[in-house]
Amino acid sequence: MIPIKYTYRNLFERRGVAFMTLASIGFVVLVYIGVLALAGGLRAAFADTGDPSVVIVMRDGTRAEMESSYAQESHRLLTAMPGVERTADGDVAASGETVTIQIFERVDGTETNVMVRGVEPGGFAIRPAFEITEGRRFEPGRGEIVVGRSLAGRLGLRVGDERELGRNTFRVVGLFTGVGAHGSEIWGDYRDLGDSFRRSGYYSSTRLKAASPAAARDLIETVKAEQRLQVQALTEPEYYELQSETSSGQFIILGNVLAVLMAVGACFAAANTMYAQVAARAREIGTLRALGFKRRSIMGSFFLEAVLLGVAAGGFGALLALPLNAIQTGTMNQVTFSEITFQLRTTPFAMFSGIFLATITGVLGGLLPAFGASRQKITDLLREA
Amino acid sequence: MAETVVQLRDVTKNYRRDAFELKVLQGITLDVEAGDYVALMGPSGSGKSTLLNLLAGIDQPTSGELIVAGQQVSRLGESKLALWRQRHIGFIFQFYNLIPVLTAYENVELPLTLRKSSRAARRKRVETALSVVGLQNRMKHYPRQLSGGQEQRVAIARAIVTDPTLLLADEPTGDLDAESGGEVLDLLGQLNEQFNKTILMVTHDPKAAARAKRLVRLDKGRLVASAPGGGTGA
Ligand SMILES: Nc1ncnc2c1ncn2[C@@H]1O[C@H](COP(=O)(O)OP(=O)(O)OP(=O)(O)O)[C@@H](O)[C@H]1O
Ligand SMILES: [Mg+2]
Repeated sequence: MIPIKYTYRNLFERRGVAFMTLASIGFVVLVYIGVLALAGGLRAAFADTGDPSVVIVMRDGTRAEMESSYAQESHRLLTAMPGVERTADGDVAASGETVTIQIFERVDGTETNVMVRGVEPGGFAIRPAFEITEGRRFEPGRGEIVVGRSLAGRLGLRVGDERELGRNTFRVVGLFTGVGAHGSEIWGDYRDLGDSFRRSGYYSSTRLKAASPAAARDLIETVKAEQRLQVQALTEPEYYELQSETSSGQFIILGNVLAVLMAVGACFAAANTMYAQVAARAREIGTLRALGFKRRSIMGSFFLEAVLLGVAAGGFGALLALPLNAIQTGTMNQVTFSEITFQLRTTPFAMFSGIFLATITGVLGGLLPAFGASRQKITDLLREA
Repeated sequence: MAETVVQLRDVTKNYRRDAFELKVLQGITLDVEAGDYVALMGPSGSGKSTLLNLLAGIDQPTSGELIVAGQQVSRLGESKLALWRQRHIGFIFQFYNLIPVLTAYENVELPLTLRKSSRAARRKRVETALSVVGLQNRMKHYPRQLSGGQEQRVAIARAIVTDPTLLLADEPTGDLDAESGGEVLDLLGQLNEQFNKTILMVTHDPKAAARAKRLVRLDKGRLVASAPGGGTGA
């Protein structure tokens, strides 16, 4: 084996070219980690939402609450199921909800879809994380709504503002936080919103609180066994997992396509650098061979050099990507096409993936030059100037 | 009787250039005994370097028998040949060919890294080799921090550190001024006399050739004369 110091000192010796390559691979890594961070943030926004002891029921064959609709009789059957908890007040711990998508204007004048959710009083009981940060909760029958705090900022909505939703005008009485993806929603009373949207008597979903995650699984079986219902039942985490997979999955596909395309370009940069290294060191290679180093060692040494370059570039790109962590942004939920806000997350996995991509780039870029370096005849190499 | 280190029997070497063949070496027969010091002279293009490369096992003859250090060199595959070179051949180049990113010490150590030996054992050998060439106080210098003569002496240290069977030098003084060249020749003479190293040196300089024990002349790929040299220091 050729000593490793030979490898890294040569990289350092030609640091101008080496750094250019390092930077070009590094930026590919930055973009890649950026996209993964988007996906990671999106998934985290959803993951915070679910409670494993809450069962969410929708009409059979629908992917999201907003697509689902069924009549009151089904809802009544559901809330009467054994295994549904009671609240402290002795009510059934369940909430029938209706979900619609409304177009709102953002502060910057562009339009976005917002999920508007009508909830029954039980909706608060089964979401203990719900927290009013400003103002108060809405009261049924008075045309009041509360708005997720991060969404309110993006829409420029404040407590006291009024908005038309369906046939009626609603007044913002509070801002809330603490319920994951719901933080990008507008909530009002089930009956008020149902009236306004002419959907009285119909539900998008019913949430049932079980005593425990295990009890929730039993409850799901009970629901499935009920022949009179054409519904599907999942735990909340399962439901949001499904949602995030669709959305973050698109980011991941986009990210991978983008990364592969850019990485191909970076491979050429790495190969170019390595070819230059090999060409500049022809006589050196000849000398090493004459001293008794085998073709394999020469190839290994140049290959290692390319890999080292790739790893260093990966580290560089990961460093560049670190500040992404704090960025907050919004996107469309690809299932419901409604606005959701989340923070980019440069998870260790994203970092590792970026460095891995850079390493692969180095490996692929270094393969041919390293092979070429070992192929030539010693006498030809030694003749080089 | 000394053992024979080099045995060439009717060795030819052709290079194919486009359509016709270039006959660079034509029927070379030559023996070199252990402890000999042979100077190889001849006009430019007569095939001196080619012959040296064959002996070093970095090129293959077209025909003929070539036994160096008891080994039929052309029979060895790439990997075995590399191992054989490392064990038996010390090569000294006209342009020194030190590795620029390695210090004098590391350059000399390089061929030893191919062997299984402890760091301490290596250090001892490297220091000995460097003190033989009088550069024990330049160990941490990089090639660009050394004069041409010093570089060539480091290269000689690198060639002898493995204690090879045969030392091959291709115009070792060709790139040096008279004084540095003289030092290098002194060193080679010393290696031959004190350490009984077998040396084959290509040179254009009659004064250098006179330092060898024996002189061999090549012309147009043939050995034209083989005469005893001027002996040491003559
Ligand atoms: N790899 C090669 N391919 C083709 N021809 C070669 C090759 N190597 C050497 N030759 C030719 O073989 C002949 C002898 O070359 P060689 O280098 O052995 O000469 P030399 O005696 O060492 O000359 P000099 O004194 O100039 O170093 C030259 O005509 C040269 O062009
Ligand atoms: Mg020559």
